Amino acid sequence: MYRRKYEEGNKPTLLPIKLVMKQADFVSLVMPFKDKVFRLAKRLLVSREEAEDATQEILLKLWRNKEKISDYKNVEAFSMTMTKNFCLDRLKSKQAQNLKIVHSNYTDNNSSLQKQVEARDSIDWVSKIMEDLPEQQKIIVQLRDIEQYDFAEIAEMLDMSETAVRVALSRARKTIREKLTNTHRYGIK
Amino acid sequence: MVLNDIEKLLEKYNNAETTLQEEVQLRAYFANGDVAPHLEHYKPMFLYFSQSQQEQYTKDVPLKPKNTKLYQWISVAAVVVLMLGIFIPNWNNGPKTLADYPPEEQKMYLETKAALAMLSDKFSDGTSSINALSLASENFNVGLEKASHVAEFSKTTNKLLKN
Repeated sequence: MYRRKYEEGNKPTLLPIKLVMKQADFVSLVMPFKDKVFRLAKRLLVSREEAEDATQEILLKLWRNKEKISDYKNVEAFSMTMTKNFCLDRLKSKQAQNLKIVHSNYTDNNSSLQKQVEARDSIDWVSKIMEDLPEQQKIIVQLRDIEQYDFAEIAEMLDMSETAVRVALSRARKTIREKLTNTHRYGIK
Repeated sequence: MVLNDIEKLLEKYNNAETTLQEEVQLRAYFANGDVAPHLEHYKPMFLYFSQSQQEQYTKDVPLKPKNTKLYQWISVAAVVVLMLGIFIPNWNNGPKTLADYPPEEQKMYLETKAALAMLSDKFSDGTSSINALSLASENFNVGLEKASHVAEFSKTTNKLLKN
């Protein structure tokens, strides 16, 4: 966008006006990846409500910094990094604040075996396996297998080397496969 | 697709060496239905991945135009006004005694004072003459009393005359 300025001698010169982002521009910028932000938040925070809150928070943060948004090379990658950090912070503060009695605080082999049997054939079982993965592997599987980013993008988002991403991904995939193979065998027996 | 290829791809997949295209092939193979029995356990994983891609964020985000800056400045302005209210009266104290005023104003002040003194003089004169009047009215009253004595006297004379 340019504005004409007439100086002495009536010579028109072009002056760049600071680009002011409108709401519609912002929405069309954010639209392509807001679902990805939501899914990553849900992967980490598990509950749908919390993931929705986190997504809203991220989008509002982007909106508040909309003047600076054009300075970022890759808004999507930046947003994913922001989501990751935000959710990990949430998890950390939740752990520090209140220790709730959740299923991970006690082990009840009978009921978990029961659950395994129930979920054996359903796809839900995969999401339960993924819940048990370490946070970083969870994020990497989410970004690669579900959102289908290439390794360079994932490395940029997580501030890791590509090799490290591959190693973590391979580990995660092998864990998922092993757990699936085991439950499959239980099913055959 | 040949089963052999799929097995190779799975091997690469587990080592995280597949490209995005190859992973698309794998997902397509497992979505297809007829999967080799020994690979059956991979099926839920790839189905789950494909399914998870569908999930969407449906909530609306309230995007308000930024006007918070104005509100911040209002409080600053209020503080400034308050401070002015406290300090301005002290600035206005200025000259206090007669000597601090310029000579012209001093002169005018003295003249006005003299004029007012004269006025008050005349006023007190007026009051003293009013005093004389009130004296006269007192005497008048005394005279009236005496006159009433006379009236009494004439009444009694009338009575005597009738008898």
